[in-house]
Amino acid sequence: MNRMFAIIEREMRKFFRSPTLMIMSLMLPILQLIIIGNAFGGKIVGTHVGVVDHDHGPQAVKLREAFDAVAANIKTFTTIDYPNEVQAREDVRTGKIDAAVIIPEQYSRRVYAQDAPKLGFVVDNSDLFTSSSLEAEMQSLADSMNAPQIQPRLATQIALEIVELYPYVNYLKYLLPMTVALAMYISVMIGGGMLYIDDKARGVHEGYLVTPITKLELVFGLNIAGSIKATLSGLSIGIIGSLIAGLGVVFHPIIMLQMLCLIIAGSIAFNGMMFLLMVRVDDPLVPRAMFGVLNVLLLYPSGAMYPTASFPKWMQAMSVVDPFTYAIHGFKAVLLKDGGWIAIRGDLAFLTIFGIGTLLIATPLFKRTL
Amino acid sequence: MSATPIHSPAANGNGAPLPTAIAVEHIVKRYGDFEAVKDVSFSVAEGEIFGLLGPNGAGKSTLIRMMTTLIPVTAGRAIVAGHDVAKDPDDVRRVIGVIPQALTSDQDLTLEENLSIYAKLYGVPHGEREKNINDVLEAVDLTKWRNAQTKTLSGGMRRRLEIARGLVHNPKIFFLDEPTTGLDPVSRIAVWEMLNNLKSTRNLTMLLTTHYMEEADKLCDRIAIVDHGTLMALGTPVELKNSVAGANVVEVHFDRETEEWEERLKKLEGVTSVQPESAGFYRVLTTSGSKTTMQIVELAQSLGETLTSLSVQNTTLDDVFIHYTGRQLRDEQVKPVFTMPPRPGAQP
Repeated sequence: MNRMFAIIEREMRKFFRSPTLMIMSLMLPILQLIIIGNAFGGKIVGTHVGVVDHDHGPQAVKLREAFDAVAANIKTFTTIDYPNEVQAREDVRTGKIDAAVIIPEQYSRRVYAQDAPKLGFVVDNSDLFTSSSLEAEMQSLADSMNAPQIQPRLATQIALEIVELYPYVNYLKYLLPMTVALAMYISVMIGGGMLYIDDKARGVHEGYLVTPITKLELVFGLNIAGSIKATLSGLSIGIIGSLIAGLGVVFHPIIMLQMLCLIIAGSIAFNGMMFLLMVRVDDPLVPRAMFGVLNVLLLYPSGAMYPTASFPKWMQAMSVVDPFTYAIHGFKAVLLKDGGWIAIRGDLAFLTIFGIGTLLIATPLFKRTL
Repeated sequence: MSATPIHSPAANGNGAPLPTAIAVEHIVKRYGDFEAVKDVSFSVAEGEIFGLLGPNGAGKSTLIRMMTTLIPVTAGRAIVAGHDVAKDPDDVRRVIGVIPQALTSDQDLTLEENLSIYAKLYGVPHGEREKNINDVLEAVDLTKWRNAQTKTLSGGMRRRLEIARGLVHNPKIFFLDEPTTGLDPVSRIAVWEMLNNLKSTRNLTMLLTTHYMEEADKLCDRIAIVDHGTLMALGTPVELKNSVAGANVVEVHFDRETEEWEERLKKLEGVTSVQPESAGFYRVLTTSGSKTTMQIVELAQSLGETLTSLSVQNTTLDDVFIHYTGRQLRDEQVKPVFTMPPRPGAQP
């Protein structure tokens, strides 16, 4: 047992003595939280919409007043007048403007006659986010134009009353669970992957192998040390990230305890997985080459950035065995929903079993000789 | 080159055999079809410094790794301090100290931390750790650097720390894999002196590998010459030198190379072998250095040739190595990595 603690002591002393691992495992997730959180989280503003008015009637004027209201208030777009449809369409195609509204001849007359009035909307759909936003805004304007001038006292149409269970979750907060999991992954990748193989290549393990340390003491020493490092990274990012995202719940004792349990279970799972992948690797280049590949394979299928329900079947299958899925689900349940132990017990169970399972497979593969 | 290997056992002053610390019996190591160590047998007596001498790739490190339980033995057996390395590896690990070829102490840790961690790995009881660390730091003259980070030490000091690390649990047998490789001459001599002191003060048995002739000659009680995984000769440095016919080596450099020099030198009285070194440069093994020197001078005068240099030396381990292996130890180091192709029409 003392020998196992000697391995842990050595790893932890190196961890605290050399700040590179700590800084690198914290820097990337924090940057990702700030940059991606702010880049993806905001509403689309300041786009340009061309208006080709062939009608010039009262309803066209009413429509243009609605456009001006959008430009002055929510600022989704501002309008530019175009003399003809061809020029407007060409400017959408070349990217000078983002969309064009065509108000056809006789538009006002058709509105008054209730004779299927139509508006044309030419949109650059190569940019999914901008086009969706503009389409939604235009549909909203069209709906308001269609609304009757005088509302009936008794509503005749079905209305959907939406009840949001939680306060508004912006994208920064939505990304925080991914950020905590990513910090743990980077810590495990650098500490359990790269430094482990570097130590092997430098002959440090040769030094261990000539001592009477047992295989189990060595395997558990290395893995416990790796899990402690990942836990410290996860906790640090959990707190720093919550402050950046404006989530105060993390300081509630029960939520902090739930987070700690998830981080420890996640660290064991990530570390076990990394140890299994690296147990027979000797070339220091391998973990470096695997870093990005594993990141993509583990992070994106987990539902960290986009819901798994939208994935094809094969990606959904990947997400089922991906420890990131359960870590992120657990962090979301705790940080964003206050779901309690019931919400995270499945995640805790999977992560713990995954961690122990990978270690059980890796231990016989670990060679006590060179 | 044909050579009859000598295999001399260790003996005390009266010629009686000493107790055995290490016994290697017909040991073999294979990697697939490649045989890295071929049926090697030798024994090391308690308190002896035993050297495995050979060029890079000779199989020295493979031998030491088998004896220190780092790699499994393919065939044969090795007994270290009475324990079979294949059957009782943990018992072997408890009584040996090992200094690997590379410097592997943690640079971010202090000397004391490095030693403390290894003391724990070797299972040194808590009450003895402090004393052991003090003792080994004193032995390698690093006491005043105790709390310094390892990265602040010079190469020689780091090597001394590695030696201290291998001694922190008071082993009976000490294995050192090329302990002075990469050190400057001053640091190398300091390590030799330190190892000699350790041998006498701690009654250690040491087995070291080296490719430095001088190191083997000055440090080792007995030397095993290893080449291509085979034990070529074994004995004390004096025994090995005496086993080579010719008491002296004459190094002669002629101003001009001719094809006849080698044959003419071989015909001189007392000459046992002639080794061409480079154009016009020969190493001549002879039973009488002074007589052969005179003969070479006379020969050169009679032929009207000029001698650039002429020197007489006693037989060295280098000559022993050439005698048993048919090549120089430094062949490996001077082998060109790239040879210019001959110019078109140039004479070979």
